[in-house]
Parts: sequence; C-alpha cells; structure tokens
Amino acid sequence: METTELSLQDRRVLNEFQHHFPLSSSPYAELAERLGSSEEEVIGQIKRLKKAGLISRVGAVIQPHTIGYSTLAAMAVPAEKIEAAVKVINRLPQVNHNYEREDEMNLWFVVTAEDEADLEQILTQLESDSGYPVHSFPMVRDFHIDLGFSLDWKHPYSSSNQVHPAAFS
Amino acid sequence: MNSQIDLDAITDADRRVLEAIQGGLPLVPHPYAEIGLSIQMDEEEVIERIRTLQQSGVIRRMGIIVHHRPLGYQANAMVVWNLPEEQIEAFGNAVSPLDFVTLCYQRRADLPRWPYTLYTMIHGKDRESVLQRVQTLVELSPLKQQTDYKVLFSSRRFKQQGARYFNQQRTTTTQNDGATQHHPAP
Repeated sequence: METTELSLQDRRVLNEFQHHFPLSSSPYAELAERLGSSEEEVIGQIKRLKKAGLISRVGAVIQPHTIGYSTLAAMAVPAEKIEAAVKVINRLPQVNHNYEREDEMNLWFVVTAEDEADLEQILTQLESDSGYPVHSFPMVRDFHIDLGFSLDWKHPYSSSNQVHPAAFS
Repeated sequence: MNSQIDLDAITDADRRVLEAIQGGLPLVPHPYAEIGLSIQMDEEEVIERIRTLQQSGVIRRMGIIVHHRPLGYQANAMVVWNLPEEQIEAFGNAVSPLDFVTLCYQRRADLPRWPYTLYTMIHGKDRESVLQRVQTLVELSPLKQQTDYKVLFSSRRFKQQGARYFNQQRTTTTQNDGATQHHPAP
C-alpha cells in the first residue's frame, strides 16, 4: 500500500489511538466521535487497515516478564546437523520463532514460558535433547517502547518520512 | 524493569482477562462484553480489571497496535552490538528512531561466548542497502569503525507463530512488544 492510498482518516486512526484506548462499553463509538465518523465506519476502517497489514490488532501491550517470561535463545549447530536440531526445537510449543542466521551461532529462536523457573527448565531440557549448549539472551530493555511511537516520523507510509532529529541529538 | 510491579497482585481472573485479550479486542460494538462472554465475566468487570492492570503497569498501553515493518523492504539483518555498558543507552536512543530500525533491544550477554548486548533489526530493499544502513549505525556508535558488531542475515525460517504465554490450546496470536514482536525474527 502506498502512502497516497491512506486517507487522512486512516492516518488519524493509525496515529491517534495507540494509547488510551477507551475503556467503555462502546469504545469504537468513542473513536468515531473524535474522528467525526460513525462506529460502523471506524470498525470497517480498522478491519480494512488490518487486512492491509498496517494494523496488527487492537489490544494491550503487556509489560514483558510480568505474565510470562520469554527469551531470545541461540545455538551453534554444525550445518549438517541443522535439520535434526530444528526438529528438536520446534517440537516445543513454547518456541514461537526459529530462524537460521548466517553466523556460527546459527539457530535463533524465542522461547516463552510461564515464569523464569519454567523457562530455565525448558532450556535445560532443550540442551539435553539436542546435545548443544543453549545461549539465552533475555531482554533488558526495549528502546522502542521506552521512546513511544509517532508514526509521523517513524513510518514510511506517514506524511513525513524524515528521520527524527532526535536520532542525531 | 518491572521491579515496581507486584506480580503477586495479579489474580487468576486477571490472567483470564489477559489471555482473552492477547489476540486483540474483537471488532464489534461492545468488545469488552464479548471478551466477558468468553470467560464468564461481565463487561464492567472486564473493563475494571483492564483498568487496574494498566494502573499497575502490567498493561503498558491499550490501543491500536500497528505493524512496525516498513513496507517495501525485502532484506533484513539482525545486527548485534558489543558496547561499553555506559554507552548502550545513548546508542539505543540514537538509532531506535531511524525508520529502518524496527527493533532495538538491550539484552543480557552470555559471556564469554556472546558479549553483544544491543540488538537492532535493520531493513533494506536488498542486502547491499541493509549493509549501507548498518554503516550509518556504525558511524553513530561511540567507537565508530572500531565498534565490535556482527551482522546476522537470516537464511531460513523454520517457525513463526505468535507468543504463547498461556499453555491453553488457544489459537490466538499475539504481539507483545517483547521478545517476540513483529516479524522477521526478533
């Protein structure tokens, strides 16, 4: 989708409701009131932007490591043993991404668990099942969350695609 | 990071609400009522619990969550940086606003094998342009060309699904702005 295909209303929907979504019986009607449109139109608009891949969902961003614990983990596996290792890793329902990357540390995957102890147990199990050490790199800080997003300068489909001056300050 | 959040204060009922909304609010006139129906809770309670979870910081924000994947970019690389502890924040703040940097995380190192603590996902239309952009970041780094970093292009994707914190067999997918946010790989 090109920038020009997004109406002003679309950009407003993408920009203005990333925070403080109404906690009321009819939240989309509240959005509509602010946009000067109707509840039905707003719901249709969000559905359309979702279908276009611009909106992921309407919902909550949960503070990492509060209701669950996750980590980015990696293993160094010889090229000819990759397929077998992948089979072992992907068997786990707690693994939700698994990529091969061009490095000696070549298998990268995310593991989510109920808590830290649960995670440790899963990783230990994985080490013994695969026969390779598992390196775990839990997140300490997300710079994007801490900064907050403004699509006005962050996104290629927004009206301005300039790098924010803060990038160089 | 979440030391001020009292995890013990999160009740089972809170967890049911979080689980029910992790795939997103339904796009219907009364989404909280519909969420409530699925977990036998009335609308007001769903709303109140979300409000409380927001106040306590468990929910960082409620709203429209946009895809942070730049359009038209084909190639990406995870670039990892080994920076002196005191430089991480300044560098992270400098590079995360760049439009081709879609993820910027500080992560724990695993010494001695892996000293890298800052992870950035860099997008570009092809491999060459990704590498050029990596150079832009190198120039912003405190040690410039002396900086210890690695560029890890992905070669194959073996699995991709939403994060699943709850072990129930739900098929909803989620994006948690944490380790598993967005694709390509975090």
